[in-house]
Amino acid sequence: MAKITKDDLEHVANLARLELSREEKEKYTSQMGSILEYFEKLDQADTAGEKPIDQINDMENIAVADEIGEKYEREDLLKNAPEQEDGFIKVKAVFE
Amino acid sequence: MANLNKLTIQQASEQLKSGEATSAEIIDDCLGQIKKYDKEINAYLTVLADVAQKSAKDADERRKKGRVASAIDGLPIAIKDVICTKNIKTTAASEILEDFTPPYDATVISKLKDAGAVIIGKTNCDEFAMGSSTENSAYKITKNPWDTSRVPGGSSGGSAAAVAADMCLAALGSDTGGSIRFPASLCGVVGFKPTYGAVSRYGLMAMASSLDQIGVFAKTVEDAEILFNIIAGYDSMDSTSLNQEFSPAKNPKSLKIGIPKEYFAEGLDPKVKKVIEAAIDKIKPQVNEVMEISLPNTNYAFEVYYVIMPVEVSSNLARYDGIKYGHSTKEAKDLLEVYLKSRAEGFGDEAKRRIILGNYASSAGYIDQYYAKAQKARVLVKKDFDEAFKKVDLLLGPVSPTTAFKIGEKTDDPLTMYLSDIYTISINLAGLPAMSVPAGLSGPPAGGLPVGMQIIGPALSENNIFTLGKLYERSRGGLPRPSV
Repeated sequence: MAKITKDDLEHVANLARLELSREEKEKYTSQMGSILEYFEKLDQADTAGEKPIDQINDMENIAVADEIGEKYEREDLLKNAPEQEDGFIKVKAVFE
Repeated sequence: MANLNKLTIQQASEQLKSGEATSAEIIDDCLGQIKKYDKEINAYLTVLADVAQKSAKDADERRKKGRVASAIDGLPIAIKDVICTKNIKTTAASEILEDFTPPYDATVISKLKDAGAVIIGKTNCDEFAMGSSTENSAYKITKNPWDTSRVPGGSSGGSAAAVAADMCLAALGSDTGGSIRFPASLCGVVGFKPTYGAVSRYGLMAMASSLDQIGVFAKTVEDAEILFNIIAGYDSMDSTSLNQEFSPAKNPKSLKIGIPKEYFAEGLDPKVKKVIEAAIDKIKPQVNEVMEISLPNTNYAFEVYYVIMPVEVSSNLARYDGIKYGHSTKEAKDLLEVYLKSRAEGFGDEAKRRIILGNYASSAGYIDQYYAKAQKARVLVKKDFDEAFKKVDLLLGPVSPTTAFKIGEKTDDPLTMYLSDIYTISINLAGLPAMSVPAGLSGPPAGGLPVGMQIIGPALSENNIFTLGKLYERSRGGLPRPSV
């Protein structure tokens, strides 16, 4: 299996929208290396013909009627927003 | 002090019925215990003294009018701080949710309130339930009530410690890879992780959605059963909630028990092994048969879990973006920086590690090698259990390879910390119910630290697990309590 490099790590951190310090990059690159080495054992598992499990209790998708259930006050929901204005959540400009 | 905080749910329920005690008195004794010892133990992140006293008064009023809601009406229950409580701060022990106050109750909280339970506080845990020692909390390190230089286990360490130190009568936790059973084992209390889907996850802050399950901590198996029956049941708000009956309990004399030999192999502390073997010997004459069983793919469970779990974590934690709720950076110049910096400032070390690992294992070029492969290998782990449960009703083994370790002992080495979960993660991968029951202390002969025995059953077999747990508890007799 491929060894993880600092470039790989920076790429992945950017995908995850997570800024890392230089120390963190070094630490995680080395720790990920030993964790991924451990994962190599998975190669030995004979999974030919097995269908992947992504849901363990064999449930099918459930459709629910599109009806309003619980009601919340707009103000209560906005209380947790870091920034708000005129009853809206405020965000930084997306475009220049 | 009448020490009403030391009662079990069953005993307290009887005392309330007979009028020997009131709910207000029980709550006061628990609050007294918290005041005395929680400075040292650090089990709670939030203690709801006023709310709890008011709820207790209401419960006593209800009782006077003959309108008792349930067996836990008026009794204090502690809640792991990853379960949303309306208008009560819920932090997931993370800085990213330092000021988060949910506008709604998790389904389990609504059910507890309907049953008249008194929510006494929110307990400490590893950040977003990620860890095995509760050392990953952004706020405090919970100590093991048996030895305060040691960890209580994790991630639900606060709930386990609060029950062990009689700072509540019972508690809720969540279990993704052992986060209820492991701390229950290390703190000498009962911890039960139900069948996946048996308890609604609505309002549980998601860590790894295909593995997460809410469950209970209690002082006895009977108490765990009472509390479980209150929080269990179908919920349309959770699309993975099961709408099925539990299997009926069998006569204990007809039970066939399997001992998975892989759980007694290299790596198991001989002291733990001795306690578990003694417990099995006590059970043997009371059941139909005890036989050795093999779960040959156990050695892949660890790798499967530590690929699937971080992938789900990285997806679930993507919602913490500094926009809708939670910590938002003050340093951002543009929207991208809001994401990058809010997450950098808000998440702790373990959360970051798992986000990176999960993103890596599910990124283009690696997804087949890691995530897809792990999802297929998950089938092998599940099939082992399917085969075993054709031969036996339940499995017995250890919960943890060791007793409680020292604070700081494993923090620098994530891989060693991860290996604490070696006997518990397979159960989550297969979606099964399992319970940790205190089996005694590690010695030398007398004294030592608590050791938990794990009872594992097929999906929806909770009734058999409770039956065997109670049978074992009776033959085991009382155990010492930690001297806090």
